Amino acid sequence: MSAEKECDSRLDWKLLKQGAEARVYSCMYLGKPAVVKERFVKTYRLPELDKKLTHRRMSQEVRSMARCRKHGIRAPAVFHFDATRRLIVMEHVTDGTLLKDYITSLNGGSKREEKLSNLVELIGSVLAQMHDIDLIHGDLTTSNMIFNAERRELTLIDFGLSYVSSLAEDKGVDLYVLERAFLSSHPNTETQFQILLDSYTRHSKKARAVVQKLDEVRTRGRKRTMVG
Amino acid sequence: MVVAIGFEGSANKLGVGIVSDGVVLSNVRHTYHAPAGQGFLPRDTAAHHRKHVLDVLRRALDEARVTPADIDCVCFTKGPGMGAPLVSVAVVARTVAQLWRKPLVAVNHCVGHIEMGRLVTGARSPTVLYVSGGNTQVIAYSQQKYRIFGETIDIAVGNCLDRFARVLKLSNDPSPGYNIEQLAKQGTKYVELPYVVKGMDVSFSGILSHIESQGREKLERGECTAADLCYSLQETVFAMLVEITERAMAHCGSQEVLIVGGVGCNVRLQEMMATMAEERGGKVFATDERYCIDNGAMIAQAGWEMFRSGQVARLEDTWITQRYRTDEVEVTWRTD
Ligand SMILES: Nc1ncnc2c1ncn2[C@@H]1O[C@H](COP(=O)(O)OP(=O)(O)OP(=O)(O)O)[C@@H](O)[C@H]1O
Ligand SMILES: [Mg+2]
Repeated sequence: MSAEKECDSRLDWKLLKQGAEARVYSCMYLGKPAVVKERFVKTYRLPELDKKLTHRRMSQEVRSMARCRKHGIRAPAVFHFDATRRLIVMEHVTDGTLLKDYITSLNGGSKREEKLSNLVELIGSVLAQMHDIDLIHGDLTTSNMIFNAERRELTLIDFGLSYVSSLAEDKGVDLYVLERAFLSSHPNTETQFQILLDSYTRHSKKARAVVQKLDEVRTRGRKRTMVG
Repeated sequence: MVVAIGFEGSANKLGVGIVSDGVVLSNVRHTYHAPAGQGFLPRDTAAHHRKHVLDVLRRALDEARVTPADIDCVCFTKGPGMGAPLVSVAVVARTVAQLWRKPLVAVNHCVGHIEMGRLVTGARSPTVLYVSGGNTQVIAYSQQKYRIFGETIDIAVGNCLDRFARVLKLSNDPSPGYNIEQLAKQGTKYVELPYVVKGMDVSFSGILSHIESQGREKLERGECTAADLCYSLQETVFAMLVEITERAMAHCGSQEVLIVGGVGCNVRLQEMMATMAEERGGKVFATDERYCIDNGAMIAQAGWEMFRSGQVARLEDTWITQRYRTDEVEVTWRTD
């Protein structure tokens, strides 16, 4: 059955976000709130490159979401996948806030530190769990996590750049990507990020090697002389 | 009226420029070209700068029709860059500042690129892609800092292009990247290369070693031409850069993008960026080689902003540093 039919008509799709590579619409799928993530053709890059990247990323995304759910890590359920139309229909996570918006909303409010620490503890433990099943997210930012503060639940989304690897180096880089995105998006959160890492270390079996790699990648960055 | 003079020499370009309240009065440059097949070495580059700096300074003053008395501050590149060339130019800036009795302003090279790009294009608060021989960064401003959202985790994109140009023994005049761009126009066949994007970060070292080994073999077997390799390399690395820029724009909710740095004068990169921006209802800003490539005016412009907001360096603090990250600078001149 075509996704269009299942999601009622395309006319009922409402644009939620234009992300980096995809347009995300909300719709209903068999009576459930759903989102359609459509990776439209990127005309700036060569068609053969675009096709290759899009297909690879879509299948990685679907596979990784399933892998997470199988291991008790929160990620949207996949309802439908259509490679030719370049779209994935998935569960709409409606009971949470985009983490970036949540963190920004804490600014100036009461108990900011406490709420933040509590949150980064949770992020650290979820990422530890994810890395322990050898899943690398590939795009860890606060735009790709949805947080429900009341139930203290963190849902990971946007697995397009994810892949399976057991290498400490890959996990270290995953954390490095998050660190930079986190610190640049949310200034003056260095202490919180350290809490996140501590929590990660406590929850992951292989944390030592990963954190060591993280340190190496950081040093590489700081040592680069940046000529020109 | 505030008149600032800027001295730049962090890599192989030596430049002196004079800026007065947003108007570029002069911008003189002299470039050291290493022999084809070679990169520029710190010692030779510093010798080049020492040899030409007084002449470049004289021309900058003459073209701007100003005398030292008209100048309010002497700005120079504190870093990042190569040690010896940085020192050779900083020494001159310190000397003239003392002769003329003017305050010194120590400028971060990357911030120079950003401020010059903003001045020339009128972009207000863009997401910045900074791409050059030594840098690859995606930057956005917030809360008095230029924050780095994405970066290369190994070599810079310009370095990747330059080193490949050396493999092909392309000339370093006017720049290896320019010659790759020209040759790429004749390329027709896309040779698949690794494509490595990690969130808003990129990696180029794998691509370089792949094209250096397997690309060269393909070339020798006659399976592709040098032009095809240039074309494929550009299409691949530029697609990666546009992708991480777009990711940062989506993340920050920004609609403007500004390209700065030497690789930023590549027309193909500008085109690809413009296509991406249009697709999201945004706008791209870029400058031509006068301002993209390292120059003195950009140091004067950033220094002008710093000087007006009170950032003056004491003589004992006018040392240079090879490592100086964009996000270390306190952006005291912006109020947004
Ligand atoms: N299942 C979902 N439930 C609720 N909101 C979602 C869901 N999926 C995506 N969104 C919203 O849409 C935005 C963009 O989605 P997503 O991150 O998957 O796409 P993207 O960033 O364009 O992806 P990519 O980086 O793979 O190109 C998210 O930041 C989030 O706000
Ligand atoms: Mg996303």
